[in-house]
Amino acid sequence: MIRVELPRFGRFASWRQAARQLASARVDPGRVAWRHPDSDPDLFGAAPLPPVGPHPVVATRDFLQLAAQVASHSDPERWALLYQALIRVQDDRRFLGNPADPLRDRLSRMARSVRRDIHKMHAFVRFHELPAQGPRRRFGAWFEPEHPILEAGAPFFARRFADMDWLIATPEGVARFAGDAVTYAPPESRPELPPDASHGLWQTYFASIFNPARVKTAAMRSEMPVKYWKNLPETRLIPAMLADAPRRVEAMQEAGATEAPAFAARVTARLRQLPDDRPPDSLEAAREQAMRCTRCDLCHAATQTVWGEGDRDAKLMIVGEAPGDHEDLQGQPFVGPAGRLLRDEAAAAGIERAWLTNAVKHFKFATRGTRRIHRNPDGGEIRHCRWWLDLERRFVQPRLTVALGASAALALTGDGSPLTPRRGKVEIGRDGGRVLITWHPSLILRRSGRPAEQARAEFASDLAMAAALLASDQPDR
Amino acid sequence: MSAPTLQQKLAILSDAAKYDASCASSGTSRRDSRSGGVGSAGGSGICHAYTPDGRCISLLKILMTNFCIYDCAYCINRVSSNVERARFSPDEVVTLTLEFYRRNMIEGLFLSSGIIRSPDQTMSDMVRIARMLRVDHGFKGYIHLKTIPDAAPELVAEAGLLADRLSVNIELPQDASIRRLAPEKRPETIRATMADVRLGREAAKDKTLRGRRPPRFAPAGQSTQMIVGADAATDCDILRTSSNLYAGYRLKRVYYSAFSPIPDTSKSLPLTKPPMMREHRLYQADWLMRFYGFDADEIGAAHPSGNLDLAIDPKLAWALANRAQFPVDVARAPRELLLRVPGFGTRTVGRILAARRNGPVRYADLLRMGAIMAKARAFVTLPDWRPGALTDSAGLRARFAPPAEQLQLL
Repeated sequence: MIRVELPRFGRFASWRQAARQLASARVDPGRVAWRHPDSDPDLFGAAPLPPVGPHPVVATRDFLQLAAQVASHSDPERWALLYQALIRVQDDRRFLGNPADPLRDRLSRMARSVRRDIHKMHAFVRFHELPAQGPRRRFGAWFEPEHPILEAGAPFFARRFADMDWLIATPEGVARFAGDAVTYAPPESRPELPPDASHGLWQTYFASIFNPARVKTAAMRSEMPVKYWKNLPETRLIPAMLADAPRRVEAMQEAGATEAPAFAARVTARLRQLPDDRPPDSLEAAREQAMRCTRCDLCHAATQTVWGEGDRDAKLMIVGEAPGDHEDLQGQPFVGPAGRLLRDEAAAAGIERAWLTNAVKHFKFATRGTRRIHRNPDGGEIRHCRWWLDLERRFVQPRLTVALGASAALALTGDGSPLTPRRGKVEIGRDGGRVLITWHPSLILRRSGRPAEQARAEFASDLAMAAALLASDQPDR
Repeated sequence: MSAPTLQQKLAILSDAAKYDASCASSGTSRRDSRSGGVGSAGGSGICHAYTPDGRCISLLKILMTNFCIYDCAYCINRVSSNVERARFSPDEVVTLTLEFYRRNMIEGLFLSSGIIRSPDQTMSDMVRIARMLRVDHGFKGYIHLKTIPDAAPELVAEAGLLADRLSVNIELPQDASIRRLAPEKRPETIRATMADVRLGREAAKDKTLRGRRPPRFAPAGQSTQMIVGADAATDCDILRTSSNLYAGYRLKRVYYSAFSPIPDTSKSLPLTKPPMMREHRLYQADWLMRFYGFDADEIGAAHPSGNLDLAIDPKLAWALANRAQFPVDVARAPRELLLRVPGFGTRTVGRILAARRNGPVRYADLLRMGAIMAKARAFVTLPDWRPGALTDSAGLRARFAPPAEQLQLL
């Protein structure tokens, strides 16, 4: 037997060095006895480490990561298993990638158990404040993990509590921190931790945040295993909390509904001013009402009503279909890609002043995973929303309206027939106003190549026509 | 009457906060105290304790005050409730957070509040507390601020720069229920606030023209909570609402809270409480939507009532209703299809995909990889396993559902 002595701390680095040397001579795993300070005394005589052998030794990054974790397991066989795995990795680089392999399965279970224990150490260490010995505050804790994880678990506390001195004592040893590096010492007797007033407040918090109406002790025990309870200040309250829970729930139910205090009605009356539902007498009043609109079902899924925007004294109104994803989130019309196209083309046509709005004021969509896909509003939704469009038209009083696409054309003229023969022409709207029909800019964005260029040119010429029509109107006003 | 002690206030204001389900502290930006201050965050969160209700304690979850001018029927702190009231000073909240944090009891603070005076006033007090922690004390731990809808966008914007997570509670799955049970709240302003948070986060991800990164905005994202069982919404309605919220505002989580009896109940609420199992099934369905590629309507369609089957989990219920898609050949099926097999989780599927590159995957291998074969066996074929008539057998559901209770003859 070859005997390898591993130290109390820095075990993994020592194992790694010895294992590399053994593997270079391809020493059979069955011939190595791995020992550390707490091992039972060895009954057999032992041979020392053989010299470096002729074989190259490689290890993947995954293997080293796994091995470093397994090294903190309490199983005395862990070093032998790791060496066995290292020898196997030399011939079969991929065996660690196969979840169906029994050795890999055992090692990854061990690693998982270590990771969990480290995580629980980070969760369940409870510091007590100790009398300060200098400008820095001092804290100490006693913790009993399942595995020898002190070295793996302590650096977390150095990163988190760099501005205080602390020590964590465990049966494996003591970690100390005073601002530089964490130092490790062999086990000492359990430290005396003075009473700490914050632990009392913590117990108050623990007892108060508990909801007695939903007792689920299995979930608590699986995440906070009983083996950790003895060093937690809060767990000693659990039996009494559980015993009292049924009584508290019963008392709540028996008490039933109560009479509200007298001031409550005064407070709510002040807040709950009934919305003004009289027919609006201004654009602002109409907007105010539209923000609460529930005329169709679109309001339930959309974020908010997207009201028109622009120059309310303009002679031109531009009506789109409905807000899209961006408009819905920002609460403003024509801020998405189609809106940018419209603004660019309108500027190019010399249109400076216009009231911009939509035939339907809520975004309609279907969800596909984490995306919202635009849907065209239907006839019913357009009809319901015409109420608001008509109000906007009454208060803005445009001389000319540009209808972008079929939904706007339908809302403004009542005519839902195909758009192609109507585009570029002026129709008479339901309220007698002139309506110039053109493409919706999103149609241009949906197309590509020649058809897109053609649609864009038509769109530009329609906007230029709108500008010309308004210019020729000028003398009348 | 003497002023309440800190301990008395803590008891009142944590009792008042316990109906908020979220306690997550994960997924925020990585930082620690080696560069000054105290605290660290990033990576997976840490649950520092568990109460006997099975919920974790990761954060100090308290209300700044439980005085409130709103009258939401489901809430213990509504103006018309007779609950004992208290109010923390900002210093008290900061001290409690830091002292618990230094003793390794919490990951940080989850601060919520009743509405006092006005939404803006309340929100600006909460932002002040977060600023004291971050700026005055160099606190690097986790901060979750419950955003008050109707608060000014500037306040929400400042909150996003200080907090790791913001949340706005949607409260109830349907607008009509919000208007009825929370008459001072408006569903459209709740959603508009969520939209502001999403836009704030997206703006913070765009680099400036000089390639500089703007300050982080709520790096752990936003979440919301809705109460289940206080109105008539079906599970399918609830899942559709969640699906809209996830897609619209990029929420990290929707928390479902089974309406539980509160002291001092309002008369406008149902007398029966929904089974806790309903909440559990909704979380399972929510997981299916977020990690397994299911649609709300697919899950909801598995049962004609629009509610989830309480006896079996929603994935199994979907598979039983769509047996024509099974059995699935584990050796060949794409990831999307493997994810639909009951008894296979996302991790198991990841392991199957890795293992089948190394050779055939057999029944015993699947067991070792964490598959729940008692469920999966009826829906898969393997080199050494064929379900035969099991997939289509009439009694398949009965194998999974707990036996119905036998009625006694009188």
